[in-house]
Amino acid sequence: MVSSKSFPVTEDMPNHSVLYNHPNGRFDSQVIDAPPFFSDLNLDQVINAILVQKQDYDLRSFYYDAPHDVTTIRYRQDVFRDLENKVLQDQIRTFAEKMVVARRYLDLAGKLHYHYHQRGWFLESAAVYVAAVSDLVNGLSSIDMHSRALLDFRDAATRYVHSSPFVALAEDTHQRKSDLASVRYNIIIQGDTVRIRAYEDEVDYSHIVEETFAKFKQGGVKNYHIELPDPSGMNHIEAKILDYVAKLHPEIFAELDRYYKDHQSFFNPLIYTFDREIQFYLGYLEYITPIKHAGLSFCYPTVSDHDKAVSATSSFDLALANLCVSKGAPVIPNDFSLRNAERIIVVSGPNQGGKTTFARMFGQLHFLARLGCPVPGKEANLFLYDNLFTHFEEEEDITNLQGKLADDLIRIRHILEQATGDSVIIMNEIFNSTSFQDARFLSREIMGDMIRLDALGVCVSFIDELSNLGPQAISMVGTVVPDNPAQRTYKIIRQPADGLSYAIHIAEKHRLTYEAVKERIAP
Amino acid sequence: MKVHLMFKDRDFDPDQPLPANEQDLVQDLELDTLFKAMALGSKFLYAVAQVAMLTSLNKPEEIIYRQDVLKDCLNNAEIVRQIYQIPIEASGNKKKFWLGIFARTPNGVLLSSLDMMKMFVGLLRRLKAIADEHSDKFKSTGFTTFFAMIQSELSDDYFDVVEAQLEQLAFRDGVLISAELGQGNESTNDVLRLPNQREDQGWIKEIFSRKPPVYSFHIHPRDNAGLRALSDIKDRGVNLVANALAQAADHIDNFLKTLQTELAFYIGCLNLYERLTQLGAPISFPIPERTGRSKHAFQGLYDVGLALTMGQRIIGNDINADDRLLVIITGANQGGKSTFLRSIGLAQLMMQSGMFVSAVEFRASISTGVFTHFKRKEDASMKSGKLDEELGRMSGIVDQLSPNALMLFNESFAATNEREGSEIAGQISRALVERQIKVFFVTHMFEFAHTFYEQGAANALFLRAERNPDGTRTFKLREGGPLPTSHGKDIYETVFDKQSDPMRSATTAPAF
Repeated sequence: MVSSKSFPVTEDMPNHSVLYNHPNGRFDSQVIDAPPFFSDLNLDQVINAILVQKQDYDLRSFYYDAPHDVTTIRYRQDVFRDLENKVLQDQIRTFAEKMVVARRYLDLAGKLHYHYHQRGWFLESAAVYVAAVSDLVNGLSSIDMHSRALLDFRDAATRYVHSSPFVALAEDTHQRKSDLASVRYNIIIQGDTVRIRAYEDEVDYSHIVEETFAKFKQGGVKNYHIELPDPSGMNHIEAKILDYVAKLHPEIFAELDRYYKDHQSFFNPLIYTFDREIQFYLGYLEYITPIKHAGLSFCYPTVSDHDKAVSATSSFDLALANLCVSKGAPVIPNDFSLRNAERIIVVSGPNQGGKTTFARMFGQLHFLARLGCPVPGKEANLFLYDNLFTHFEEEEDITNLQGKLADDLIRIRHILEQATGDSVIIMNEIFNSTSFQDARFLSREIMGDMIRLDALGVCVSFIDELSNLGPQAISMVGTVVPDNPAQRTYKIIRQPADGLSYAIHIAEKHRLTYEAVKERIAP
Repeated sequence: MKVHLMFKDRDFDPDQPLPANEQDLVQDLELDTLFKAMALGSKFLYAVAQVAMLTSLNKPEEIIYRQDVLKDCLNNAEIVRQIYQIPIEASGNKKKFWLGIFARTPNGVLLSSLDMMKMFVGLLRRLKAIADEHSDKFKSTGFTTFFAMIQSELSDDYFDVVEAQLEQLAFRDGVLISAELGQGNESTNDVLRLPNQREDQGWIKEIFSRKPPVYSFHIHPRDNAGLRALSDIKDRGVNLVANALAQAADHIDNFLKTLQTELAFYIGCLNLYERLTQLGAPISFPIPERTGRSKHAFQGLYDVGLALTMGQRIIGNDINADDRLLVIITGANQGGKSTFLRSIGLAQLMMQSGMFVSAVEFRASISTGVFTHFKRKEDASMKSGKLDEELGRMSGIVDQLSPNALMLFNESFAATNEREGSEIAGQISRALVERQIKVFFVTHMFEFAHTFYEQGAANALFLRAERNPDGTRTFKLREGGPLPTSHGKDIYETVFDKQSDPMRSATTAPAF
């Protein structure tokens, strides 16, 4: 976790947020617990994968606490649109990588004991910081951007880079680096004696040896060059050598001491905040990029706080898509569209046919849209909900069915009590383990409540008659391949529920008839 | 430094993938017997023989190249075995000296490489001496090129330079390393340097006589961390030379390994040759014809595996099957049908590995692959699943077949009744033949054999295991169509000792 306290930060510049558009908006929400629906919707998989990648930044509150207003959603969508520019993305990413390095070096310098070793790493940190900021401002200047968030940041950062403290830091850093780089010396080791003196143009011996044995070097021989561990840290022998090297070059090292005193705090809060906030965007984009490359679409949804006619085209479950793409498996996109008074999608159909996935997709879309992120699909119109509720059947101890049903009903009642007409409710396979009679009765009751609330939602159920409860409910069904009912299509389409039989076996043949063999062997 | 005794223009790869049907070939053709005779107890010879036999050559000139090298080996067996000793000795010594991948430090790599190089230089000098003395006795392109390479690459002058270099790399006067300041003022770009020499002074003396600034310090002998730090600095300095030296050692090692691998095939052939000569069993160098010419004619072709197992000369077959694509073999049980089928497959593999074959004369087109589909004894118990297993196996073979392959069937598709079996066998055989695949089919299915016999196709040949009028077998196949009866009764009688015939039991493979 990064807190601004651990770094020397200059305090003389205004702050600026690329996540919140309010002038004094919430820069740091304190929410660090995932919303309760995260695991049901598999959003925990998505967000955790991002958080793990970005753990240096502690982005939890950014992803857990979604904005409540359409303006902020648009503010963020505009940044995402700008970031579609690969050049911009790469520039920011390069900047971020350098910032990581700068922080690591500074951290290291704080822990070191040998005098010039410690000052050496302090100088490295500042050098990387200077390069990170200058390169970023330089790169942004030639990029066509439209979002207010990024335009405002660019202005502020440009002013900073041209300010006199930054210019002085940059020049001093450069001079110290090149002075030290000019130092070259000889170490002579014989037994336990070490001598240090100036380098005097002695010839490279490795070169001579390599030449002699070049005859034997052809072909793909193994590399015996041993990767010696990065000398992070310095032992007392190296420190002693460095002390003698400093004696060989007293002026250069005196200047380094002066530099260390002059530039104690060089990190700027504007840069620090941007570095962290922009990771919210990069983290999400990095997660969806391989999925996009696999040919799947993402879009900027229209988000409304009053229109409940939600729809999506060619959408999918983001967590599942991530899994499928990594395995090279296909992802089957699905559509939905609710019109006029329609509010609830009742999903039925064969087991393992993609019903739960569809339900998750519906919930994920609404959450991601509210975060201001591009969502899975070619096109989407979504609703800015006040609350999102999920109830998923859990695999549980079968001996306590009675208790389980009671628990379920208590949880559902809580949901229905808290939900409003602006909520999204997703019920998945509820009452699967009760008797059909009970399940039908309970499901009808609960559906009735949802309809009365006028909430949006998805209800996955084997009781397909739920879709006949009123104009607010529609039926969508998992489908199978017509010639082979054993094979699922994972397509969920809008049609009345039917109740097909799926058990058909297909015989295998060895393809060893005269014709088949001839066909199999190319002439 | 190339060996190139197996191929004119490339190394033989002992780790190359074997054909997918490797296990079938080994089992059905009883290749294990052959490999063992070539290996004489050496795992290494066995492995090389296996790869060389199973990864066939497919051009006549490649085959002739190896045949010529092999002829040199047969004529100079002693010298070739002497050369083969050199890599063997090297790998024995290597175990003593080489830390190889276990050396974790450049100093370790350097020391161990120095030992290795000294050892290698000695062995290479010996190889050079053999080349100087005997190269004129070898006629093949393979060997003459090899010896010429040794003589030009490994001159005495070069050996002298290398030995001097090895001496210097022991660093008896200490190590001089130049360095610069890197990130965090840590030393970087460590370069091993050759000290500037003065005419009458050692370079250590030179340092003492030099004016300041020279700073020096000693590390206390009990400062273990300090000594380790010092050897780390040395490690960074010698890393490149250690790598150069280790790579050189590696290269020579690879060269010797390649030499060992490529000679191993010929040593295996020598071993086999000497054994067959002992048995009085004939061998000859086959004439390979280009793929697609459909040549297949031989005199005295015998199953080399059987000869080795029995420890005696075997009567061979004389057949001319030029331009025949389908050869159906019928006749008496244990009349030599399976043995004949094996001798066909073995000869093909032997020829296409560049070896001699077990025949008095042999001439055949190069095949694009040898495939076997033999009835499997261990399947006998599971009657119902057996045809399914056989067809599954066949389907796997079809996936690998291409025109001009050689397909050997031994009582295939007999797991069902004769009519169905004949139908399946007929359809498959017809399709294969029409795709220019040469089929040898040993069968008891009269209906299958008879159908083709009646058709009288010009590209079909029918062979029959014969028996003498007294009921004993000749173990020779003659041209002839299928007869409606088999001879199971005879075997039953032999197996159950219903009649005694010492001659026959001596030449009969163990029953079932």
